[in-house]
Amino acid sequence: MILLFYLAAAVAVIATIGVIVQSNIVHGLLYLILSLLAVAVIFYVLGAPLAAMLEAIVYAGAIMVLFLFVIMMLNLGQNTRDQERQWLRAGGWLLPALLAAVLLGQLLYVMNGVEGLSVSEQVGVMAVGSRLFGPYVLAVELASILLLAGLVSAYHLARQVRSGDE
Amino acid sequence: MSSFAVGSGLSIASILLAVIVLAAMLIWVERRLLGFWQERLGPNRVGWFGILQVVADMIKIFTKEDWVPPFADRLSFVLAPAIIMVVVLMSFAVIPFTPEIGVIDSNIGVLFVLAMASLGAYSVMLGGLSSNNKYALLGSLRAAAQMVSYEVFMGISLLGVVVLAGSFNLRGIVESQADGWYIIPQCIGFLIFLIAGVAESHRLPFDIPEAEQEICAGYHTEYSGMKFGMFFVGEYLGLVLISSLITVLFFGGWLGPSFLPPIVWFALKAGFFIAFFILMRAALPRPRYDQLMSYGWLFLLPLSLLNLLLTGVVVLSTL
Repeated sequence: MILLFYLAAAVAVIATIGVIVQSNIVHGLLYLILSLLAVAVIFYVLGAPLAAMLEAIVYAGAIMVLFLFVIMMLNLGQNTRDQERQWLRAGGWLLPALLAAVLLGQLLYVMNGVEGLSVSEQVGVMAVGSRLFGPYVLAVELASILLLAGLVSAYHLARQVRSGDE
Repeated sequence: MSSFAVGSGLSIASILLAVIVLAAMLIWVERRLLGFWQERLGPNRVGWFGILQVVADMIKIFTKEDWVPPFADRLSFVLAPAIIMVVVLMSFAVIPFTPEIGVIDSNIGVLFVLAMASLGAYSVMLGGLSSNNKYALLGSLRAAAQMVSYEVFMGISLLGVVVLAGSFNLRGIVESQADGWYIIPQCIGFLIFLIAGVAESHRLPFDIPEAEQEICAGYHTEYSGMKFGMFFVGEYLGLVLISSLITVLFFGGWLGPSFLPPIVWFALKAGFFIAFFILMRAALPRPRYDQLMSYGWLFLLPLSLLNLLLTGVVVLSTL
């Protein structure tokens, strides 16, 4: 299990780097899907099968499909690829790399004190469900109200105003 | 039968072999059955009743030039047909065929099938997008919207069964149907799942992504040889998968009177639905694209939510 964890983690990190350095947007998206699936494997190894499946269904399966859908609608082509390549020149990497290195150092320092990875038990679907509708029901309801507001406003923005209206 | 344990090598190998051979055979079965229903003969020259037509088709498809158009995006073009085969075959891993035959008993089996179905959308989308062809792009745009929409109703229509069985484990779902199949309490869920399943595997009447009268062959316009063959066989694999899922979820899987062995019951039930899907292709015209979308979102979605709500009320009141 521990080997699987490190393997999936390595895939996730490498794929995420791939997302950043790819100049072809579709290839970048493929890397992002790979990265999300690797994170799903990590969830599974850590004993959260429901979270793993939801990661695959919602993020890799639904949200990324919508990303791809938008890419298909825009169909940007060669121009953006050249522009992307220009943005990815070495000089632009300096400051972000420095900042990321500081964060990485902090992370390593913090993780130094943490006990080793231990998988105590699997948290099943029923356990997650009873938590969500038990102690955390208020948070779930608030989140759903937020989503509903987003849905209504998206509908309003996308609405076609016909000539007879208003 | 002791060597056929769940997850044993023999079990995995025979499932893989049976499913792929069956999917290839279905190409011939479909053409013969369509011929029968449309009062013509269909392929009947090669071998006994034309049964070797599949072999002839396979030889043709394997020896065709495997061509990648120079204007296509090579990586995604090659990847796309492989995705559909992989995700559909992976879905068969959680399906319990009999008490002995199966690959894995997963506590998240239903979710796994849904996850694989949603990943299957990439196959048609990438295939169309990477072809750099306007018909292919139109086809994959349609496929993307159709598959993302019908995935929603497919998931919700299954939840009624999950609520009744109290488990996401497909084997547990079959075993809990010993007293009665879920088709009776979940007939609305079954109908929605049936429709969504056809849309997910984009077969007629919902084959709008590859409607040949409007947009050539849709997303696989640029494909030839074995890459096209994978899309083609992948579609039939999807048909077998949907039929198996219906059998497992709503018709008690391998359960049946004991004068026939469990695998025969499973095959009979799944075979019935495969034939039903083929008959549907022969009988129904294709709807318009906006009709498909508004039918899904304005009719199937409220209906599936209502079904789930009613199931929840009944289960809670009988606790």
